Amino acid sequence: MNILALDTSTEYCFLALRLDGKTLVRDVLAGQRHSELLLPLLDDMLAEAGMRLTDLGGIAFGNGPGSFTGLRIACGVAQGLALGAGLPVAGVSTLLALAEGCGGERAVACLDARMGEVYHAAYEKRGGEWQTVSEPGLYAPGSVPSLDGGGWVACGSGFAQHGEELLERYAGQVARVDADLLPRAEFIARLAAPVFAAGRGADAAEALPLYIRDKVALKTSERI
Amino acid sequence: MLTLGIETSCDETGIALYHGERGLLAHALHSQVAMHAEYGGVVPELASRDHIRRIVPLIRETVKMAACELSDVDAIAYTQGPGLAGALLVGASVAAALAYALNIPTLGVHHLEGHLLSPLLEENPPAFTFIALLVSGGHTQLMEVGGVGRYALLGETLDDAAGEAFDKTAKLLGLGYPGGPALSKLAEQGTPGRFKLPRPMINSGDLNFSFSGLKTAVLTLARKHAPDEASRADIARAFQEAIVEVLTVKALAAVQQTGHRRLVVAGGVGANRQLRAQLSGAAQRQGIDVYYPKLEFCTDNGAMIAFAGAQRLRHLNTQDRRFNVRARWELNQLEAV
Ligand SMILES: Nc1ncnc2c1ncn2[C@@H]1O[C@H](COP(=O)(O)OP(=O)(O)OP(=O)(O)O)[C@@H](O)[C@H]1O
Ligand SMILES: [Mg+2]
Repeated sequence: MNILALDTSTEYCFLALRLDGKTLVRDVLAGQRHSELLLPLLDDMLAEAGMRLTDLGGIAFGNGPGSFTGLRIACGVAQGLALGAGLPVAGVSTLLALAEGCGGERAVACLDARMGEVYHAAYEKRGGEWQTVSEPGLYAPGSVPSLDGGGWVACGSGFAQHGEELLERYAGQVARVDADLLPRAEFIARLAAPVFAAGRGADAAEALPLYIRDKVALKTSERI
Repeated sequence: MLTLGIETSCDETGIALYHGERGLLAHALHSQVAMHAEYGGVVPELASRDHIRRIVPLIRETVKMAACELSDVDAIAYTQGPGLAGALLVGASVAAALAYALNIPTLGVHHLEGHLLSPLLEENPPAFTFIALLVSGGHTQLMEVGGVGRYALLGETLDDAAGEAFDKTAKLLGLGYPGGPALSKLAEQGTPGRFKLPRPMINSGDLNFSFSGLKTAVLTLARKHAPDEASRADIARAFQEAIVEVLTVKALAAVQQTGHRRLVVAGGVGANRQLRAQLSGAAQRQGIDVYYPKLEFCTDNGAMIAFAGAQRLRHLNTQDRRFNVRARWELNQLEAV
């Protein structure tokens, strides 16, 4: 099955077209220009594959956590494409994408959440499938959930921003650190493939971001 | 030619289908007013989060109401600005991607052009050239409208917009957000003439406005008088009378100065009953025709965006699949059609 994956949760614009036997990718440092890059890159990639949208089996996107605006660009584009082409959608966690890309079997993924916090999750591969050991959450680096045992691959921008504090928390448990790892679209496509194959893709309207940070303003009744 | 309109510039998700010959086929709206009310005003991030939840279901609902299929749509017009960047981006993303999937062109529409042209959706639309009084949450302008994209600014507010003045004054009087409709309702119970507020800039000789002083005057009144219900209603009445009189006098002065006999009122404050009554009365006495959009098309909606888009088919973007938004965008930067 052919699968398109998008991620605009970071300053990169990532696309992947997963075909039988090979995957085409586009990686561009976008800064704030994701909206200008995304569809032309997609068009170019489909042309290279000699395909049209309707040849796809599904559209996957990095649904977060990450830049709020970035999440909505990928999500809005996934919704629009899916609505227009009648395709199913799959939102894939950017933290799980890091785990998929880290090359290990145990991953502790942290993304910098700004404001002195990190988005955190931990996953372990059992029987060829990722199991969630610690659900995605928002934490101060000093209070991320503890993990059992060793051999963890520490990955993601959280380890670049708050490496010292995080690694202190996991002293003796981390096998390797990959702070530069990004939630690339090819990882997202790989994770979405079994979802679409099992017919578990969602309707366009159900494709939504998972921000994790949900407290973005105070209600009048909460102000002092 | 069937145009799908998508509006997400602030706190309403508006979708509509406009047909070149058959007119407006259907429209749907989701207002976030209740959600933002708990915060005392629009929270931009929450607005964006809501748009992305609502937009696809609303598009489907609109298409269904119009008894057509998505594949019948010939072009997609979306609000490109001005407005909240994050909110605009939701509409732009879905519009651009949907258009790409359907292999149809897109068009970025100026939100205020949508408001300005909204009275043309009515059965007896005004002919160009007309004078437009645009009174919304963010704008208070008098314009000479010579055609689509031909807008000459005659005057505008130097500080608060009329809608903003309504909202802020409502807050001072302890009414919830957004205050305009609530204040207007309270004013209907007030005694005319008990309080008299200044008519700012009414004799300024130009077509500009200033409303920020009014709320200070309201504050002084509100402090002086016990916060009983009757006094609050009387103050609301005095405020509304002041603002309506200034808007009426200046709008008619613009008509007199330019010699065009048609006046169009657009924007949320255009829903105000006293403004409509006073303006229509005074205009009739002077032989001027006044045009209003339907009440539901005074505030933000998808119909005005679909319509404005349909007037600009020459500006359709057929190949370029890039999209962007313009949080700030001056109306005079638009090209004439
Ligand atoms: N009946 C009414 N009387 C007075 N004001 C009203 C009434 N109904 C709505 N308003 C005011 O209209 C404003 C909303 O109008 P609208 O939706 O056109 O503005 P906006 O989209 O927020 O601003 P803009 O279009 O300038 O960006 C609010 O300030 C609201 O209080
Ligand atoms: Mg508006």
